[in-house]
Amino acid sequence: MRHAFSVRIGPIGFRIGSDWRAPIATLETLYRNYPGPRDGVADFTVRLFARRPWRRFVRPSVEIGGDYMLPEAAPLPLRQGLLAAEMAMNLQMALGVRRYLLLHASAVERDGHAVLMTGISGAGKSTLATLLAARGWRFMGDEFALLDPATGLVHAFPRLISLKNEGIAAAEAAWPAARMGPLLRATPKGDIRHMVPDARAIATMDTPATPALLVFPRYGFAAETRPVPPAEAFVRMTQASTNYVALGEAGFRGLTGLIAQVPSVAIDYPDGASAIAQVEALWSAL
Amino acid sequence: MPDALYRGPPEDGLLIAPLDAFTAVYHRASGITHLLTEPAPQILAILQERALSLDSLLDRLERDYDLADGTREALAARLDELVEAGLVARL
Amino acid sequence: MVRVVKDARVLARALADPASIAGLDADGWTALLAMARAEQLIGTLAMRVDGLAMPAAVKAILDDAREAAEHGRRAALWEAEMARRALAAVDCPVVLLKGTAFVAAGLSAGQGRSIGDLDILVPRESIDTVEAALLAAGWEWVKPDPYDDAYYRRWMHELPPLIHRERDRMIDVHHTILPLTARITPDPVALIDDSVTLENALRTLSPNGMLIHAAAHLFADGDLAGGLRNLWDIRCLVEEFGTDGLAADAGRHGLSAQVARSLRIVDALFGAGEATGIDRLYVRRVTARDGWGRPTRPVTRLAFYIRSHWLRMPPAMLARHLWTKFRKA
Repeated sequence: MRHAFSVRIGPIGFRIGSDWRAPIATLETLYRNYPGPRDGVADFTVRLFARRPWRRFVRPSVEIGGDYMLPEAAPLPLRQGLLAAEMAMNLQMALGVRRYLLLHASAVERDGHAVLMTGISGAGKSTLATLLAARGWRFMGDEFALLDPATGLVHAFPRLISLKNEGIAAAEAAWPAARMGPLLRATPKGDIRHMVPDARAIATMDTPATPALLVFPRYGFAAETRPVPPAEAFVRMTQASTNYVALGEAGFRGLTGLIAQVPSVAIDYPDGASAIAQVEALWSAL
Repeated sequence: MPDALYRGPPEDGLLIAPLDAFTAVYHRASGITHLLTEPAPQILAILQERALSLDSLLDRLERDYDLADGTREALAARLDELVEAGLVARL
Repeated sequence: MVRVVKDARVLARALADPASIAGLDADGWTALLAMARAEQLIGTLAMRVDGLAMPAAVKAILDDAREAAEHGRRAALWEAEMARRALAAVDCPVVLLKGTAFVAAGLSAGQGRSIGDLDILVPRESIDTVEAALLAAGWEWVKPDPYDDAYYRRWMHELPPLIHRERDRMIDVHHTILPLTARITPDPVALIDDSVTLENALRTLSPNGMLIHAAAHLFADGDLAGGLRNLWDIRCLVEEFGTDGLAADAGRHGLSAQVARSLRIVDALFGAGEATGIDRLYVRRVTARDGWGRPTRPVTRLAFYIRSHWLRMPPAMLARHLWTKFRKA
């Protein structure tokens, strides 16, 4: 394609091609401290393209394609090209990854042990991981944690952190020196701003961790903590994993192993500070 | 017409992970995960050994697992569910 | 050595002559993998080049593709088994078609193949009983649209597609291998009579039957989307079974030209043959893919798309079909 960029995030290599220069320039800037794909061969190809040639110029609108595609994926305006690239990369992960059980969770690590935080969009998993990282935890990822069924270890996927709405200000306050992408107003998911993970998160992204705690956070409620029964945790994690079914036996072994190995806890929280205190209290009690 | 026989998957056909009141069962032939409650895991364990009729199965459940409170109708209903899920074949 | 990747001929070569991958650099591999994914041949490629020297990153990707194909194989065989159980009480032969048949019979065409819906062929007089048995066993109609439904029942060679409400998998029940609207009318009775029984009492077409079906599907029915995979199927069937009696069998079904053409194109793509005349257009169409996995040659593609509808329907009906589709779109 006309413009191209390759990058490796954790164990996964991407090649992103685009009909426009702008999204590629933004990716090059924000991912500049990341390595390229292993052996120069990307795991996944992503394409940002104009449906018709003239749509490169007239009301330019970015179609999302790649190795794996959803027919109903709606195009985005060119000024949201970075979002289009990130969505397309997420799509490859969700539909294409086979080596790891893909957990829709953010993850932070301390002393080789990881806390996984999972939940629906808006549960605050990105914000929580960012705030914990500001308190000395190693940031492993805000969207996907990659569980290796063979080892039981979880691998980092520290892509650009996708901050939404009020999460943007909270993360900026916690990480005043962080490099930020453009503020994308009025996207289908509200205001979005991408933050580059801290240098340590990128430098250590090839170091996996042993899962120690599985947290199901829920934002907007009075602080409360309750254990999640194993069967409920199992079902919620099968729903939070886009490739559980595709992995077959490995997925079953990986997930039942995880549920047996670590405590599962649901936390309701009214604000970031409470959530941090709740997670760290659970951690201390392990 | 003789009573139908019911047969479970082969001995190595299932992966079983007890969770709590539920047991997660991975069915190798289909790649489908099922969440089962008592007495479905016990029914499967018996029918993995050999095919049995409804009445013989009822006897075995009482003898091996002390599950004497189930009625014949209730067991037939559970078996139908397992047949529909593909875990048990009606011969 | 660095080769410029122009189209999917590089993929065809890698399948036919796995040692040809030795010359690929990182960009060549990236392009080959993207093409193979787009043509749904990545699992097949993975099986073909297994064990050869390649970069570790490529090996990891192809290992995943093999795993995925194995998972697909298991799922396809399970759908066939569930259909077998549902139809056990219906006293008629049930013939597996396409990918499911290849893996059920353990054929080389099934190795690493991606498999979509379950396709079965049953005698036309049994179709109502089969439909009732499937509906009773948890399959449901996909399309509630009365136009589509009437169209299928009246003109197509299959029931409207059914989907299983629990497993979310589709089944296509055919009673012949080409639409009743097509000008060529193969003889489904002969195909079923010649079919081969598997251990579990399901059937596959005979080797020649499978070849004829693949050729019919490719040239008489389809717009050549997925053509490379279909041609690879044909190449594997020919290599495994040869072509004894094929020309005569093809003649019985009125598909001599299609079968002969498919063999020539297979030879041009995967063998030493050189495509000439119209065959070159077909080769251009089935290799129209670039190193980003994008479809190329839009004019050639469009020509084959229109042709596929032309072949399936008399012109007046084609106009009616496209008009109805247009008004709904």
